[in-house]
Amino acid sequence: MLDLIKGMRTTVKYLFQRPVTITYPEVKRPVRKRFRGKHELKRYADGKERCIGCSLCAAACPADAIYVEPAPVDPDNPQGYGERYAAKYEINMLRCIYCGYCEDACPTNAIVLEHEYELSFYDRKSAVFTKEMLLVPPDKGHGEPPPILQQLNRPPNPPAQMEL
Amino acid sequence: MDLWIRLVTLLIVAFILFFAAATAFAYLTLFERRLLARLQNRVGPNRAGPGGFLQPLADAVKLFFKEEIVPAQADRAVYVLAPALAMIPAVLLFAVIPFGAYLDLSFVLGEQASVVPLQFTDLNVGILFLIAVTSIGVYGITLGGWSSNNKYSMMGGIRSAAQLISYELALGLSILVAVMLTSQPATTPAGAYPSCELMWGRPAEAFSALSTCRIVESQAGWWNIFKPTGFFAFCVFWLASTAEVVRAPFDLVEAEQELVGGYNTEYSSMKFALFFMAEYMKLIAISAIGVTLFLGGWRGPGVDMLYAAGYPNLGALASLGYFLLKLVFFLFLSVWVRATLPRFKYNQLMDLGWKPLLPISLALVAITAVGAVITTQTGVLPGLFGAVR
Repeated sequence: MLDLIKGMRTTVKYLFQRPVTITYPEVKRPVRKRFRGKHELKRYADGKERCIGCSLCAAACPADAIYVEPAPVDPDNPQGYGERYAAKYEINMLRCIYCGYCEDACPTNAIVLEHEYELSFYDRKSAVFTKEMLLVPPDKGHGEPPPILQQLNRPPNPPAQMEL
Repeated sequence: MDLWIRLVTLLIVAFILFFAAATAFAYLTLFERRLLARLQNRVGPNRAGPGGFLQPLADAVKLFFKEEIVPAQADRAVYVLAPALAMIPAVLLFAVIPFGAYLDLSFVLGEQASVVPLQFTDLNVGILFLIAVTSIGVYGITLGGWSSNNKYSMMGGIRSAAQLISYELALGLSILVAVMLTSQPATTPAGAYPSCELMWGRPAEAFSALSTCRIVESQAGWWNIFKPTGFFAFCVFWLASTAEVVRAPFDLVEAEQELVGGYNTEYSSMKFALFFMAEYMKLIAISAIGVTLFLGGWRGPGVDMLYAAGYPNLGALASLGYFLLKLVFFLFLSVWVRATLPRFKYNQLMDLGWKPLLPISLALVAITAVGAVITTQTGVLPGLFGAVR
């Protein structure tokens, strides 16, 4: 009987405390530094694209969500520093499991999983994010080595170390 | 002609009462969900409308648009009838509950409407009517479980019927204690203004102790919960009524984790809504009965002063306010218990109904009877056990 009273007292105590609910969307919980959200195709500091269209991300992806169509760079106005770039780059957000293997596989730190997680769409077609949606604007998004590589006490392998 | 006017008035009052009951049910669901959430350290539904006020409407619309699935081998007639059979007694319970004293509508409807009691009707066997109607409520649940052609539903229905008829005994006996505590003076007790005689036009002797109006009137001195046997009878009543309404912690028969949902497994959309409505309306009605029998109904400090001073409508408002306050307290208690206590096992439930509750309530009836005789014969502390003459 006494336990029942103790239980009732506990619940009524909660009545006068602030609830622990985070009232999304008015309040958004801050995400951690290595949070895996929407992908972004980064650029170098001078504005050239990092992606060289090698499709290692597509090969690494366990869900087969990435589609890469490489093309030779335009010699007069090169998009990136390699010989080829990704002419078409699409990620199907419904297939993606946000594991980050593509980020680990990329040799130039081009594809990085950023912190955005509010990715709703109304139909399946608009779930396929194209390069325009993923590529960062030229003045933003300088892709540094991912945090796991920053912990190593040696410089990352080329061409990721190319800070051009 | 006068008869037609009375009939039409009764119909209008019946409609008002039904819609009030339906609205009360709707907002009870919201009240319960919000309160349950706060007791569990979280926030309840607060998105639909300001503060979640349109949540019941959203639920109603959702239930309305759901697909109605009828099991292929179900007994169709009984399957469709069962929710209605559950709902009708639940609404019928509101007929004899006194929600307040009386209104004075003579400024709009003429001299005939100078005393409009805030009660649909006052039967001389009001309490008996309430107990009988509660017993009829068993049919809807049992037939719902049986007609679904699903062994788990049937088991849920049978278990629920067994639970309900077991606790009806303790419920009836605790109500009997409250009835026995209703004093039977030859004239209206002092301070019991407004009296039943005034509200219903019958002489004071014509009201028996089973009439709900009389029960509220006789609590003018002390509420029944403050009398010695009255307090224990209230505890028994509360336990028995919680089990009667199939409410936590006695809700084994209909909880989702048990028997898939018991008797209402196969019911969807509107039929399920009717069962749901019936359950909550029974909760409100039985809480209102508890308030009437033990907590003094609409009585409270200042009500008789307002009436005596000549402000009947203000007095009606005050009496209604007191009644609703006590009702909300009862419902808060019910939700609080639901948030805290784990469910009873079925054998523990049946055990509780028969082994402790029935002997205790019988003992309370006996003590009240003996106490009533002793206090009346010796004249010591009259009214402590009722039966003042």
